[in-house]
Amino acid sequence: MSGDVVLRVNGEDRVLHLDNRVTLLDALREHLRLTGTKKGCDHGQCGACTVLLDGERANSCLLLAVAVAGRAVTTVEGLADGAEPHPLQRAFIAHDGFQCGYCTPGQICSAIGMLAEAAAGLPSAVSADLAGTAAVDLDDEEIRERMSGNLCRCGAYAGIVAAIREVAGG
Amino acid sequence: MSAGTGLSRLEGRDKVTGAALYAYEYPVEDPLYVWPVGATVANGSVVEVDPAAALADPEVVAVLDHTNAPRLGQGGIADQHVLQSPDVAYRGQIVAGVVATTPEAAREGAEQMLVRYVERPAKVVLDPSDPSLEEPTAAFGGHPGSDAKGDVDAALAAADVVVDRVYTTPTEHHNPMETVATIAQWSGDRLLVYDSNQGPWTAAVAFGALWDIPPERVEVVTEHVGGGFGAKVRPTPGAVLATMAARVTGRPCKLMLTRQQMFTMSPGRSATRSRIRLGARHDGTLTAVDHDALQYSSVIHEYVEHTGAATRTMYATDNLRITHRLARLNLPTPRVMRAPGHAPGMFALESAMDELAYALDLDPLALRLANEPAVEPAGGLPFAGRHLVECLTVGAERFGWATRDPTPGMRRHGRWLFGTGLAASTYPALQRAATATARAEPDGGFHVWVGAVDLGTGARTALWQLAVEALDAPPSRVSIHIGHSSHGQAPLAGGSSGTASWGGAVRAACTALRERLAEHGGVVPADGLAVTGSTEPPPPDRSRHSYGAHFCAVRVDADTGQVRVDRLLGVFAHGRPLNARTAHSQLLGGMVMGVSMALHEQTVVDPRLGMFVNHDLAQYHVATNADIRGLEAHSLERADDDVTLAGGKGVGELGIVGAAAAIANAVHHATGVRVRDLPITLERVRGQ
Ligand code: FES
Ligand code: FES
Repeated sequence: MSGDVVLRVNGEDRVLHLDNRVTLLDALREHLRLTGTKKGCDHGQCGACTVLLDGERANSCLLLAVAVAGRAVTTVEGLADGAEPHPLQRAFIAHDGFQCGYCTPGQICSAIGMLAEAAAGLPSAVSADLAGTAAVDLDDEEIRERMSGNLCRCGAYAGIVAAIREVAGG
Repeated sequence: MSAGTGLSRLEGRDKVTGAALYAYEYPVEDPLYVWPVGATVANGSVVEVDPAAALADPEVVAVLDHTNAPRLGQGGIADQHVLQSPDVAYRGQIVAGVVATTPEAAREGAEQMLVRYVERPAKVVLDPSDPSLEEPTAAFGGHPGSDAKGDVDAALAAADVVVDRVYTTPTEHHNPMETVATIAQWSGDRLLVYDSNQGPWTAAVAFGALWDIPPERVEVVTEHVGGGFGAKVRPTPGAVLATMAARVTGRPCKLMLTRQQMFTMSPGRSATRSRIRLGARHDGTLTAVDHDALQYSSVIHEYVEHTGAATRTMYATDNLRITHRLARLNLPTPRVMRAPGHAPGMFALESAMDELAYALDLDPLALRLANEPAVEPAGGLPFAGRHLVECLTVGAERFGWATRDPTPGMRRHGRWLFGTGLAASTYPALQRAATATARAEPDGGFHVWVGAVDLGTGARTALWQLAVEALDAPPSRVSIHIGHSSHGQAPLAGGSSGTASWGGAVRAACTALRERLAEHGGVVPADGLAVTGSTEPPPPDRSRHSYGAHFCAVRVDADTGQVRVDRLLGVFAHGRPLNARTAHSQLLGGMVMGVSMALHEQTVVDPRLGMFVNHDLAQYHVATNADIRGLEAHSLERADDDVTLAGGKGVGELGIVGAAAAIANAVHHATGVRVRDLPITLERVRGQ
């Protein structure tokens, strides 16, 4: 079974004729040539495919493309402001927050979503305040916990935490 | 800007913006998608492949099995001889491939395939009492299968104190974040492969051998690789299947292994079992070292993990014996994984040294210092730089080792038990033959080509820095080109040898180009000037290794046995790095994998089915961000470690070696429980 789908990706409406089995991840990579979003497991276990869906982080391998029609999808290709990279993209370079770079787009999208969650007061497993009443103070422990859905086999975690801390600190 | 400074990565911006292209991401016209079908028996033969259900889908274009697949040449290794016979040597071995116009249809088709087997009994458990164990004459990496000096048995019998223990490490899988991915395309008898591998030139040679064509007719493109760690050292069976599908269909064919397929269609690390016997005098002098190492290979290819190799270089003793034995199992052929041989072997040796220190009532640091050799213990070769003592003493100082009370199991705060431990590290400084070409353009620009690959090591940036330095040219005028087999003969990225080997060739080419330019009076001819340089491996006249020391602090939950690494500090002697920043990241990355190896990683074999049970990232655990804190890597740059043309020794593996032993030793110090089997799981800490 297939059908027409309108995907709103990086602010642009894209019309695709898709097999209903196509995931958002494969729609991006195979149909829209947006290969910045990576496939590491296709099973929601690694975070490499993280995109922002209406501003919240989501594993695009766990979403069927037809199910996100009309929602705003932001990928790593849509983060820069014109020629100016997103501050997190710059910080990942400055702190060597990657080696092979394959987990990196997912880390960066995840970090953007995570910063918004913390600002909204959403607690994590290591938060002292579970009521979620105030913005979370993102210390290293909070960052590590909140970023643990994004695996980095190269082990660039120290640089990833440093990059996020710099941007979170404003 | 010169070599050694911490320049950020040349491809950094491409990687953070998603512009960097990995193998599966190259645009090709009208591709087909290939889905491999793995065997569902561990030993046997395929007697029937029925593709009817798969072919009923009009999107399925072709089905390959052993009856209709193209015949390959004799070159390559057994695992690469995909679909050449009905024999099944292990569960998950490729028995068919489905080719379709969409990945969804290919996957669905693969599910629909009916494959029938005759099944034979399978042997899948590593068993030291297996009567058919082999004693190979050689282990991987040119190490002797067995090696002895003095009289180990007599020395053990006469020793004041003996430690005699068995240490095991499980099968492990590399799990690079990018799985094996290939796009293959034929034009006539020329093959173009976009491939995720650890060496485009060696891959081209392998594809050429498999297809019986000269390697020059194969172009392998490997610009960016999402991690390798050994999983991608040779073309995998999946990559070979993609070239077959492209041959049969005449169209570009794309294949990307699933995470689950990675456990059987790409290699893993052999489980190992090391029996270590140490004999010593009361004063701590080692009188005997015996390392008996057991590992496995598949039944179709011999790979002997050199688990005992590090023991050759570590500690002074008059009586030394290293033995490798090999079981042949119905499991996929294991291969190198980050610090092959040394990562499992040093877990054993460095755990045993800690046990000996306790048996002698000596500080583990003092025990190591007391047995520092003047020459390599096994072969008697002089060292080309060592500095293990300095790594240990500098590390002890930075860590605050001196105030440690060695008594185990007595530092408790609330539910947590605290402990510290140390272990040494070592890895060979390898250098292989390589070529590079440097070219001067009339407009003042320079280009350097080398068949290198950057797995995330920082090789591209380091080689560029080296070229800038060797050419003494303005950085903006120098371009580095890597990642293509057509750049010339080059070794793969493995054994921490890549950058040293490619760098040697880059230096040779750039130096020769400068000399040629000088002959031309410094004027570049109108059609430019190109020079190819090459290097050979150094003669085996010295013992070339890097060394290091890990110091670790853990806390262990007294109730659950959960281990947290609070601090892991490494001091490493590897000479001058081409790029201090990426070298530092490499060392940290190795240490992270060391924590992962110590606490999480194991591939579990079902003894009845011969199946890797936990074949995904939800069940095969690797270290996450929350597992890692308090990581420090310090480098000692000592001139006598600069033993390669590129400068110092490789750093890709040094960080992982010994890390698991340091953690296990710290767990013992915290709890009094000695865990001799990796990973250090809760039930093992609880002594169950
Ligand atoms: S690819 Fe989606 S979580 Fe791994
Ligand atoms: S940078 Fe390689 S997996 Fe994170």
